[in-house]
Amino acid sequence: MKKVTVGILGEKKNLDCNIELTIKDSGGIEIDLKSRVEAFYGDSIRKLIHTELSFFGIKNVRITVEDYGALPFVIQARIETAIKRAIPDINKEFLPEFSDKCLYGSSRDRFRRSRLYLPGNFPKFMINAGIHNPDGIILDLEDSVAPSEKDAARALIRNALRVVNFYSAERMVRINQLPMGLLDLEWVIPHNTHLILIPKCESADTVKQVDEKIKETKNDVFLMPIVESALGVINSYEIAKASSNVVALAIGLEDYTADIGTPRTKEGKESFLARSMVVNAAHAAGVQPIDTVFSDVDDAEGLRESILEAKSLGFVGKGCIHPRQIRIIHEAFAPTEEEIEKAKRIVNAFLQAKEKNLSVVSLGSKMIDPPVVKRAEKIVELAIKTGKLDEGWRNNE
Amino acid sequence: MSEEYNLKENSAGRLVPTIINGEDAIPFQGVEKYKPNHNKAAPPIATCADYPADGNKLIKDLKTALLETGIKDGMTISTHHHFRNGDYVANAIFDAAAEIGVKNLRWFPSASFPCHEPIIDHLKSGVVHHIEGSLNGPLGEFASRGKMKGMGVLRSHGGRYQAVQDGEVHIDIAVIAAPCADPFGNANGLYGESACGLLGFALADSQYADKVIIVTDHLIDFPCYPWQIQGNYVDYVVVMDKVGDPEKIISGTTRITKSPDRQLIAHLAARFLRDSGIMKDGFSFQAGAGGTSLAFIDHLSGYMREADVKARFVRGGSNEFLVNMLKDGLTDYILDGQTFDLKGVESMRDHPNHADTSPFTSYNYHGKGIFATMVDAAILGATEVDVNFNANVVTHSDGMLLHGIGGWQNTLFSRCTILTVPTFRNRIPILVDEVTTMVGPGELIDVVVTERGIAINPNRKDLIDSVKGSDLPIRSIEELRKETEEICGGKPAKPKLGDRVIAAIKWVDGTVIDAVRQVLD
Repeated sequence: MKKVTVGILGEKKNLDCNIELTIKDSGGIEIDLKSRVEAFYGDSIRKLIHTELSFFGIKNVRITVEDYGALPFVIQARIETAIKRAIPDINKEFLPEFSDKCLYGSSRDRFRRSRLYLPGNFPKFMINAGIHNPDGIILDLEDSVAPSEKDAARALIRNALRVVNFYSAERMVRINQLPMGLLDLEWVIPHNTHLILIPKCESADTVKQVDEKIKETKNDVFLMPIVESALGVINSYEIAKASSNVVALAIGLEDYTADIGTPRTKEGKESFLARSMVVNAAHAAGVQPIDTVFSDVDDAEGLRESILEAKSLGFVGKGCIHPRQIRIIHEAFAPTEEEIEKAKRIVNAFLQAKEKNLSVVSLGSKMIDPPVVKRAEKIVELAIKTGKLDEGWRNNE
Repeated sequence: MSEEYNLKENSAGRLVPTIINGEDAIPFQGVEKYKPNHNKAAPPIATCADYPADGNKLIKDLKTALLETGIKDGMTISTHHHFRNGDYVANAIFDAAAEIGVKNLRWFPSASFPCHEPIIDHLKSGVVHHIEGSLNGPLGEFASRGKMKGMGVLRSHGGRYQAVQDGEVHIDIAVIAAPCADPFGNANGLYGESACGLLGFALADSQYADKVIIVTDHLIDFPCYPWQIQGNYVDYVVVMDKVGDPEKIISGTTRITKSPDRQLIAHLAARFLRDSGIMKDGFSFQAGAGGTSLAFIDHLSGYMREADVKARFVRGGSNEFLVNMLKDGLTDYILDGQTFDLKGVESMRDHPNHADTSPFTSYNYHGKGIFATMVDAAILGATEVDVNFNANVVTHSDGMLLHGIGGWQNTLFSRCTILTVPTFRNRIPILVDEVTTMVGPGELIDVVVTERGIAINPNRKDLIDSVKGSDLPIRSIEELRKETEEICGGKPAKPKLGDRVIAAIKWVDGTVIDAVRQVLD
């Protein structure tokens, strides 16, 4: 009988496990477990495996598990992947219980300053991702997952969505390019995914296909197309307008610079037009423009500069690949004292006008337009969120 | 059961031996409860008439020196861990003792390290009967499996001084490895290839042992000054080719942790000190040498600069980060118990306000005061913490004895003791219902900082009030434990432990706070 494996045998992976599974004709269930946590969880792991085998109706099998502290949802996903590799026509899913900590919602206008990429096939990065307080976490099925491991990552991400507490972070998944991405959606959409990132998006049609597919099961999943090519940049406005579920438009510069055939520089002259186009398209469509990731995780100063630059171009968020970037991103996107003071005056004037039932808001001799008020309100909200302004600031003054 | 140790329950609810290796032991009675009323021990009176008038106590090698001391079966030989994992001397002593043919020695190190694995052969052959001191790594595992003949006894640095001073442990021969010494026996840790900073762990031994041997690889003409160990206590001086491996002597973790989770813990601990108001002009703190501690010091230094706050003193283990605080004027003094890197050694040698301390000044519970109680905050680690704030530093959850106590128990007496621990490690919960081994009673542990929030001991209402209104993630310890258990997938099974007590854990006053049992496979 064919032997299948999940994981790289012999390679230690913290909080993960490697599985070797052979379906047999007879002989019953044989489990050979080597676990780092045998003394504490050995029996519970064996019990879990038996339950899962019986769920899938498997009666004769030999399973070898090398366990490096995998949590139950991880073991469950790995075994499921092994079984489906051995018997590809199984359609059932062995779902872990949905934790009530995974049921919170999201909202269209929430902050998306930082969104932390988590490679989709590595549980150790997922478990503590939320404690670093990113605005969003991205469970990635695309570039960080090897083509041969997409199935393993799908099962793992699905289970993580049901079990791992990401605290208040927006729960995002980056799917693969279409058509593979449409299959990814089947795995993740039913599990309270808040937002889907659509990679290498070049047309409104791609967004619509994703939107349609999601609507087969659910309506309220947000979309963030990522523009990563010259064509995508040219079509960015149509992309941003393609569906009412689009809430943000991101740019990915590694692929974009490759597409226009020039190396990516620190100064970024080569991508200035593209970034500005994306900012413009996003604002025109009423969605949030989000900047590319900053890939040197050791360069805190460089990251800070890059955010201030992004902010000056009109971006409101940045991708990150390491938790240590999150705090820097939040600090750099926080409004300056000057911005806060000005925003407070505007918001105050607006509220006073409202209290007096005035239809026109003015500050000194200047009239203030509604969009200016909206922007000021956003700045005040951000100032409160970043601890630069007290929530009761109006009463304190 | 062949051993007779007459187990009794102590005030912490732990069953502990009242007879240890044939001698009486007193069960833990509670913090600040046990107060002995006998006199201190005293070494025999020596006369300078018996020592060379020219001050030359050199003797040709270690074996000859041991023979000169009158080494006999069953004696106690002490060593010290200022060379950490780079020590050559302890192994050389017991190799020499084996050649001489003595048996059943008691090794009384201030700590053992993985480099002392060869002692296992001497334990097997009977040259060494048992070890009283920290049992790290391979020696801990050997003992945990029940292979050591006698019972191990683990003491804190302060407890070791107290035991010697109070006469609980009589040292027949103290062998003090010294980076720099003169023929009279004056010695320090400041100079020479093996420079390790200071020799404070050997102070009690120099004062109370019957015979004292200095071993050095850097002999200079009299006087070796400053004399951290005074030659007037010393019987013999031996020169060895190398007393240690300099690269491993300075082996403390010298890099800030890269782990984002530990960074987060360090950051929370520093914020706690700032937001609680503990960080204020003239305050003091102590933090260990691990990567988390370094990150903590780094964050705290930043906050101190921002708020223009200066500490009166910081307690070492010193390292580059503390030295920078001293240089940058963020603290007036470093009061140092051991140096963890070369920057620490240099600073101790060159900076007048980088002072060397000893377990006597800092930790000896049976002294007329200790520095430890004057420290505003101590930031420490643990292998386990339970919902009653009790903590463990010696065994892992599987019951295996793997670490020493160090100064940990002693520093619990600071005004605010903070443990920085992850809630779990590799699926193994660190926050538990009940610690496997009780090393520190919860009443002395004030704050537990984890990556998922900060728990404050409910007894410390003052601390709870001090951070009210801050945006620190304050949670109850039970809440944190529950979340840990959910993440790890239920309560872990209890490890399989035997009845045999393989080591006793002493409290700072010499009473027995817990017992470590044999690990079964």
